[in-house]
Amino acid sequence: MSKINIDGKDIDVPAEYTLLQACEAAGAEVPRFCFHERLSIAGNCRMCLVEVKGGPPKPTASCAMAVRDLRPGPNGEPPVVLTNSPMARKARQGVMEFLLINHPLDCPICDQGGECDLQDQAMAYGADSSRFAENKRAVEDKYLGALVRTSMNRCIQCTRCVRFATEVAGVPELGAIGRGEDMEITSYLERALSSELQGNVVDLCPVGALTAKPIAFHARPWEYVKTETVDVMDGLGAAIRIDSRGREVVRILPRVNDAINEEWISDKTRHVADGLKTQRLDRPYVRVDGKLKAASWNEAFAAIAAKAKAAAPEKIGAIVGDLAAVEEMFALQGLIARLGSPNIDCRQDGSKLHPKFGRASYLFNSTVAGIDDADAILVIGSNPRLESPVLNARIRRRWLKGGVRIGVIGERADLTYDATYMGAGPETLAEVAEKPAQGMTKPMFVVGAGAFARPDGVGVLASLAKAAAAAGVVKDGWNGFNVLHTAASRVGGLDLGLVPGDGGLDAPAMAKSGALDVLFNLGADEIEVEPGAFVVYIGTHGDRGAHRADVILPGAAYTEKSGVYVNTEGRPQFAERAVFPPGDAREDWSILRALSEALGARLPFDSLTELRATLAAAHPHLAQFDQIAPADPAALTAAAALGGAVDRTPFRSPVEDFYLTNPIARASRVMAECSALARERTRQAAE
Amino acid sequence: MALRLAQSARSLFLTEFFAAFALSIRYMFKPKVTINYPNEKFPLSPRFRGEHALRRYPNGEERCIACKLCEAICPAQAITIEAGPRRNDGTRRTTRYDIDMTKCIYCGFCQEACPVDAIVEGPNFEFSTETREELFYDKDRLLGNGARWERELARNIAMDAPYR
Repeated sequence: MSKINIDGKDIDVPAEYTLLQACEAAGAEVPRFCFHERLSIAGNCRMCLVEVKGGPPKPTASCAMAVRDLRPGPNGEPPVVLTNSPMARKARQGVMEFLLINHPLDCPICDQGGECDLQDQAMAYGADSSRFAENKRAVEDKYLGALVRTSMNRCIQCTRCVRFATEVAGVPELGAIGRGEDMEITSYLERALSSELQGNVVDLCPVGALTAKPIAFHARPWEYVKTETVDVMDGLGAAIRIDSRGREVVRILPRVNDAINEEWISDKTRHVADGLKTQRLDRPYVRVDGKLKAASWNEAFAAIAAKAKAAAPEKIGAIVGDLAAVEEMFALQGLIARLGSPNIDCRQDGSKLHPKFGRASYLFNSTVAGIDDADAILVIGSNPRLESPVLNARIRRRWLKGGVRIGVIGERADLTYDATYMGAGPETLAEVAEKPAQGMTKPMFVVGAGAFARPDGVGVLASLAKAAAAAGVVKDGWNGFNVLHTAASRVGGLDLGLVPGDGGLDAPAMAKSGALDVLFNLGADEIEVEPGAFVVYIGTHGDRGAHRADVILPGAAYTEKSGVYVNTEGRPQFAERAVFPPGDAREDWSILRALSEALGARLPFDSLTELRATLAAAHPHLAQFDQIAPADPAALTAAAALGGAVDRTPFRSPVEDFYLTNPIARASRVMAECSALARERTRQAAE
Repeated sequence: MALRLAQSARSLFLTEFFAAFALSIRYMFKPKVTINYPNEKFPLSPRFRGEHALRRYPNGEERCIACKLCEAICPAQAITIEAGPRRNDGTRRTTRYDIDMTKCIYCGFCQEACPVDAIVEGPNFEFSTETREELFYDKDRLLGNGARWERELARNIAMDAPYR
């Protein structure tokens, strides 16, 4: 700790703090453009100038000078920093005047207007007029792909976007060319950015040079109703803020959650919003003579009741999709149990993960923040860049810090960091178990959900557990056995025990022709249900599940209901409702409650509060939001003894196309555009 | 006692009657203050805040750039704007610009907020209608007002310019 006097206030701060951080710790506000907590320090905007005594005799860029760089006074007094002295004020005013020489005064047509750092700081720290009458510089706009719109005249060359692309996203595709007034930020080749995190540069840009292309000009920041909730596009459960205007979701922004996503979100999370407006199921449908016809809720329920009452209980089943919240899964579980059927499954991908193997066998046990502590990471059967780009960025940051070995078993892919390729299939796990690398204190396995979604999934789990034991992945105070789920609902489903009961069928078996008479499909769109069963689809979009359905009950998307989602770490998070479901659509739990009445198997709750009370009684940990209930690592030791044969099929990531993994994304025009750009890139790379 | 005497004298000599009569006679020979509306109208200040209009540039281009400042400042929340990139050139334009004239309080904040002098309150105050629905102005109606009143609007703005 080091003593420093800031604006007459003595405080103790760590010596490695920058002056800017020290000023913030002292409660003094320092304006800045180029400085960002999660990026490297550039020190090129000069907006954070302060006066220092004990340093250079001129205004100092506080972001680029550390507390330890200042020397104490002649009698050992602590160095003095003045953030509001006449010298500092004049320096900042001058910098602001320089920044505004070339910045166009087009705030009224700029999408950043109202949430612009330059606008705000010009009001707070700028002068009222400029002394420059010269012509402003004109810069050509650059093409950066389908998500980022550029207006380069507005750029103030803070290089936050360049640093983000290079450091966090790991795609060094942005840079600055030229110098002085001729400096330009460019993508060199005028090609779309290839990062799955590129949307974040829009948030980082302190001015309106980079804005969101899909929602260009649509709304002003003051028009939004802001709802803080969580994301369901992947298993990570990133913290997001939904900005809605009227009845529609306009944009989705990240919230800071250091335990999970820090302040980044993937492009799918950010730009999926337009998919919430298209292809929506907004009223019930019943299939009559092979064609789906609009019907009332009562007609739909009557059609279901007629089929379900005629079916034997063991010929009824339910599959849960990837976007379901815990509440509706719990309601569906209750309904299927009351109908007397053992057939229920939340693993539509055919995964062999099972609650009976213990909770530790399907969680990201080290937690996402644990990546920062790991000194060896083995990625198995996963492409984290596609399955969870934000988590991948965290692994990359760990790699940048150095002192970590990263290996990959599975598909070869560009993960944005160097990784040793060790093998393609489960047989490599046996090698790891036999000859584990030495000298690691906190090794970590990151296992993709795809590694278990194969016929020999149990065998894979066993060999993983063996390898983990051999490599010291599980030990006292450290459990580095991590499953990276791609579906937001999966951990919640497994926690609830949504797996087949005694003699029950799992999801692939239920989808087989002739296995069931009535199948309740709660938003499962990644599974092909063969002809035969009478399918009741409860979901949001006209996707694969709805096309196969005999009755469609329109449900609510994740922005339209409040519910609990358990992320891949096993952390229950509460998602708030931002807007209402369209048309006749209802929240899924209330559909299931009404359906249970129609089927004569009444569920014992009439409101969401009652449902949650029942849920909390049955599964207390699901009511402890944002807390991870500890999973017993002994389960992994037991799993190692499971045995089971493994074949030599290589691991495959379940995510083929990052932009089209769920029905909402497939309905989105923006995601389709991104997917086409990504495919084009792969094609060009192959040539 | 004295008070009652004075009162009796005033009643007896009809002083108040004659004073009022003299006043009437005096006004009879003064110029008239009433005008023969609607055939005659008073001159209006160039700052008069009447019916709204959306203006165009002389080349026919809409002035409005959909910055939504008028919508934001409107104290009666009478203005509704939807915006988006224009189809042919991608510039920022309104796709909808509605003013609910039944809500409007004619404060003139919208024209003060407008950075391009697009929304203005013109000199027209004779726009009463028979139904409320006719007072829900849309963009066509407002642009039509602009076309109809452009000469007066431009003149008023020019006359007021030295004081801004």
